[in-house]
Amino acid sequence: MSTRSLSKGCFVFKPSPKKRKVSRTTAYYFREGSSDLEDSELRFATCQSLQKQVKSETEQIEEELNEQLFDNLVSFLRRSHSAFQEKKTEWTCRTKSREIPTAALVLGVNVTDHDFTFRSLSEVLQNNVTPYIALLEAKDCPGIKNLMQKLLGQLMNCCIDVDSSEEEDYEHVSRSRVRCSMTTLINWYESATKRTDSETPGKKRTSSRHWQSPPVVVIFKDMESFTTKVLQDFVVISSQHIGEFPLVLIFGIATSPMIIHSLLPHSVSSLLCIELFQSLSCKDHLSTIIDKILLTTQFPLKLSEKVLQVLINIFLYHDFSVQNFIKGFQLCIVEHFHSNPLSVLCCQLEEAKRRVNSLSHNQCENVRRLPSFRRYVESQVSEKQIALLTVDSSLKEAVQKLLEDLNVYHENYFPILRCLHVFTSSLPKYPLGKQIRELHCACLENRVWETEEYESSLQLARMLNKSDLVTMLQKCVEILVSSPGREFDEIVEKLKEFLTQFQKLEEAYQERDESISPQKELQKKTNLYHLQKTLLELKESRRSKKLTKFEMLRFEVVDYIDSLVRHYLVPADHKTLHEIVYFNTASVLREHLNAAPRIALHTALNNPYSYLKSEALKSDGGSISNKAPDICIAYKLHLECGRLINLADWLEAFSTVVTAAEGPTADAASSDQVDDVIHARFIRAVSELELLGFIKPSKQKTDHVARLTWGGC
Amino acid sequence: MPILEHPAYPPATLLCLESLVPCRESQVSMLLSIFGERQQLSFPSIFIYGHTSSGKTYVMKTLLNTLQQLPHVFVNCVECFTSRLLLEEILIQLQNHSSETRRASPVPCDTFNDFVRLFKQALVSQNLQDQTVLDRAEQLREMEANILPAFLRLQELTDRNVTVILLSEIVWEMFRPNTGCFEPFILYFPDYSIGHLQKILSQNHPPEYSADFYSAYINILLGVFYMVCRDLKELQHLAALNFSKYCEPVVRKEAKERDTRKLWKNIEPHLKKAMQTVYLREISSSQWERLQCEEGELGQIKGLSAHAHVELPYYSKFLLIAAYLASYNPVRTDKRFFLKHHGKIKKTNFMKKHEKTSNHLLGPKPFPLDRLLAILYSIVDNRVAPTANIFSQITSLVTLQLLSVVGNNDQLDGPRYKCTVSLDFIRAIARTVNFDIIKYLYDFL
Repeated sequence: MSTRSLSKGCFVFKPSPKKRKVSRTTAYYFREGSSDLEDSELRFATCQSLQKQVKSETEQIEEELNEQLFDNLVSFLRRSHSAFQEKKTEWTCRTKSREIPTAALVLGVNVTDHDFTFRSLSEVLQNNVTPYIALLEAKDCPGIKNLMQKLLGQLMNCCIDVDSSEEEDYEHVSRSRVRCSMTTLINWYESATKRTDSETPGKKRTSSRHWQSPPVVVIFKDMESFTTKVLQDFVVISSQHIGEFPLVLIFGIATSPMIIHSLLPHSVSSLLCIELFQSLSCKDHLSTIIDKILLTTQFPLKLSEKVLQVLINIFLYHDFSVQNFIKGFQLCIVEHFHSNPLSVLCCQLEEAKRRVNSLSHNQCENVRRLPSFRRYVESQVSEKQIALLTVDSSLKEAVQKLLEDLNVYHENYFPILRCLHVFTSSLPKYPLGKQIRELHCACLENRVWETEEYESSLQLARMLNKSDLVTMLQKCVEILVSSPGREFDEIVEKLKEFLTQFQKLEEAYQERDESISPQKELQKKTNLYHLQKTLLELKESRRSKKLTKFEMLRFEVVDYIDSLVRHYLVPADHKTLHEIVYFNTASVLREHLNAAPRIALHTALNNPYSYLKSEALKSDGGSISNKAPDICIAYKLHLECGRLINLADWLEAFSTVVTAAEGPTADAASSDQVDDVIHARFIRAVSELELLGFIKPSKQKTDHVARLTWGGC
Repeated sequence: MPILEHPAYPPATLLCLESLVPCRESQVSMLLSIFGERQQLSFPSIFIYGHTSSGKTYVMKTLLNTLQQLPHVFVNCVECFTSRLLLEEILIQLQNHSSETRRASPVPCDTFNDFVRLFKQALVSQNLQDQTVLDRAEQLREMEANILPAFLRLQELTDRNVTVILLSEIVWEMFRPNTGCFEPFILYFPDYSIGHLQKILSQNHPPEYSADFYSAYINILLGVFYMVCRDLKELQHLAALNFSKYCEPVVRKEAKERDTRKLWKNIEPHLKKAMQTVYLREISSSQWERLQCEEGELGQIKGLSAHAHVELPYYSKFLLIAAYLASYNPVRTDKRFFLKHHGKIKKTNFMKKHEKTSNHLLGPKPFPLDRLLAILYSIVDNRVAPTANIFSQITSLVTLQLLSVVGNNDQLDGPRYKCTVSLDFIRAIARTVNFDIIKYLYDFL
């Protein structure tokens, strides 16, 4: 349901019963599972709006990032067939063989993100270039026949979408069995383009955004997975007809463009005219996302150092997927609003202040329980302490003020962080990290100025040369001027003052150079003895004076930056009420995003108490309780076996464990004759284990099964 | 004096044909004498083979088109990838040239039996000759078993005067079905010699320049490219691409058309560069042309191979390294490489005879998933939890074609993999994570 329109208007959406039910259940579940029911509806609404905001923001960022690539591609498409249309008669065009224009689009290994890119690519092409786009996936095209079917189906359907008036005309074509050959495609293309040409002027509007003879774009989404034969056949077939209709191929490549050469032999690749296009690397992509989403005051929710580390680690170590990173962030939002009753205050400042006023008594108690608030209370004078702890209204007042403080802290934090990053990112060996996200993590973790890395980077900063220092200061001024913080006027003044001092120094140098040069000439005329003497004197003076004016100034600048850092980059968890806006339960996030199925299965079977929570199962570890489910008993017993397990022995052990409790009461006869019920239970447990993939029947030995898993979960 | 002579055709047409098919006169005259006159019965099937671009398709097309008395059907078998498509395509073309005005809707034709029936209907007259040419006939072998033998006997089956001509790049022996079939008349098109190539290429000179000038250019071009490429089409393409560069000194009036040496000096390095780039399709021909126009340096556009670097997530790199080690090291040596206290084992002591040949020459060996994970755990410094992400990374390495699954894909039965990347690739990967892979490879001990 979209409400996109050029004019303002009222849109009526008939409520579909199914949809409403779904949305109600989300809200319901949100309330259901939360530990504290305070303000859950409000929290849910805030959460939803924040989610929406994040989604639209990320989509916009991604669009901007892809813009350059798409522009290049569009101009390539424009170029690809125009040359032949313009100068058909020229000698070179007649003699040289006609190749299929092909764009090799290298997108990086994060295959999960490609879908999004291709969707927006086809949207862009559809809007500006051509309605004839086919997206092919390897799993749909095991043979050339399937490929042609898919291709024709997509192309002919898209034609129906463009102008629905002639739908009936095509209906019967698509219904009857179409001959899936290139000839059909060419005939279709001719009729389709002719039709758009001869359209009534009123309808021309739709086709005018496309080009005169729009190319047919075939996109192979995952080049690597296509079989060689299918690709070869398709290229050979279409090269036969390239003169008859403008075809352009786009290969989506995840690894490297070398794959083209390894998939296609020279005889086939010589039919292609391949140009390379590279998308932004996913690491840069992530940096932009972090920069624009996390390092701003735009969104009230912030991530703590551990949470951010989990998300970044999953990205760098496992998948390189920016989409997953954003999804992780969204999960953080839901989890925060879901689990923290005070998250109701996690919104823009004005709104938060209003909400503080309507807090219930329970919520006030929640505030009082916050560790950071407790620390705050302890630091107050005793009357104030009593007021804060007993009177709700004074608490609300204090909370409002503290929230304001927190807001100011954030407004100052990010610009200063960027300034510090300007300095640290140009130091050799990057002691505080190359990326701003590393610096951010370091600052959140603890007092950054107490770390060794900070110390060494200051040392290095004290050795910077002048031109670097000046450009850095200029950059800092730019950052601070463009940021909305209130307290920066003073800092900017100070930095500008440094800059002018540098300027003056330079002038002074030039003057001194001029004054020195005649002196030097004098020296040249004197004899060697005098020269030696003067040099010695110079050396002496340098040793005693040690610092030039520039060095003094440099120290001053570095000290000033240091003071800024100490003042503004205090870790967030030293701030009162940080729990409201910071999400910091990293363990929950790790559990959800980096699931360990094997470990979970092992715990479930080895220690059933952890999931079933039945008191009877609470065991002290080593021994096998007979109260446990059968499969757990069987599992524990099989852990003690080698590669091949004797079923008879296993059954024996099983029955011993199961009957252990009734041991003394049971009669001796049952010991050598296993009970039928126990036998059946054992068989069931074993087949369950087989289903879970722990064992499999073996043909090496009769009555044995083979173990498939080994320790080290 | 004309080489081609045939009583059925006027000498002017034959002369024209001769000029169109240089260096293939003997084959053409052979074909003409097989076809005979139009009312005469021709040989049922002819098999023509020869190397890539030895003019099979071109000669057949020009031959049948120039001598307008020969009605024919020309079908490319790669394009018609199923037998149904192939048969229907032949019927459609037949209908089209038997009746120009009426464009009949395609008749469904699923079996060869139907085909024979419909073929008879389409060709009403019994006596006049008709040719059916099947290009890229090697594809016929992959269709139903009856297609190829039936085509060879089409004359007999349809009782019409029809000749089936098969064109292929491989020899007849590779076609002959086990059950035996009608032996076609076999005709070989030999490769063009360098002289032939020179003659053919020079024939098509641009109108602005004289034939001699162009022929000198072709001579230089062949001098560079003949060693690597004898494909006529490719040479023609290259000639067209680089000709403007050759003409440059003449256009700028720095050299005359006869100044061959100067022109040669100008073009030779350029052609050599072309051999390394355009010919290998490292950069596309349109990029090459743009470079020529802008006089830019070649360094500006990197070839496809320059982008060999693949960026992978941290654990994917280690998974790939582990897979490589598992593929190229014998299982017994794992203990020596990955156990802390393996003791001193000399290579000579535990080397078996058959392992003396390099594992890298034998190619990657399959390994089970457990071994991959075990090696992974021991080469990564910190502890790796066997999370779902690790397992999904293995799968995504398979989709990226860096690993490949071997054997049946029964998930319960411990899947087996092979590592498909090259040593250079894995060394580049290992360098980014500071892992000295050479130390862990059995072949390099």
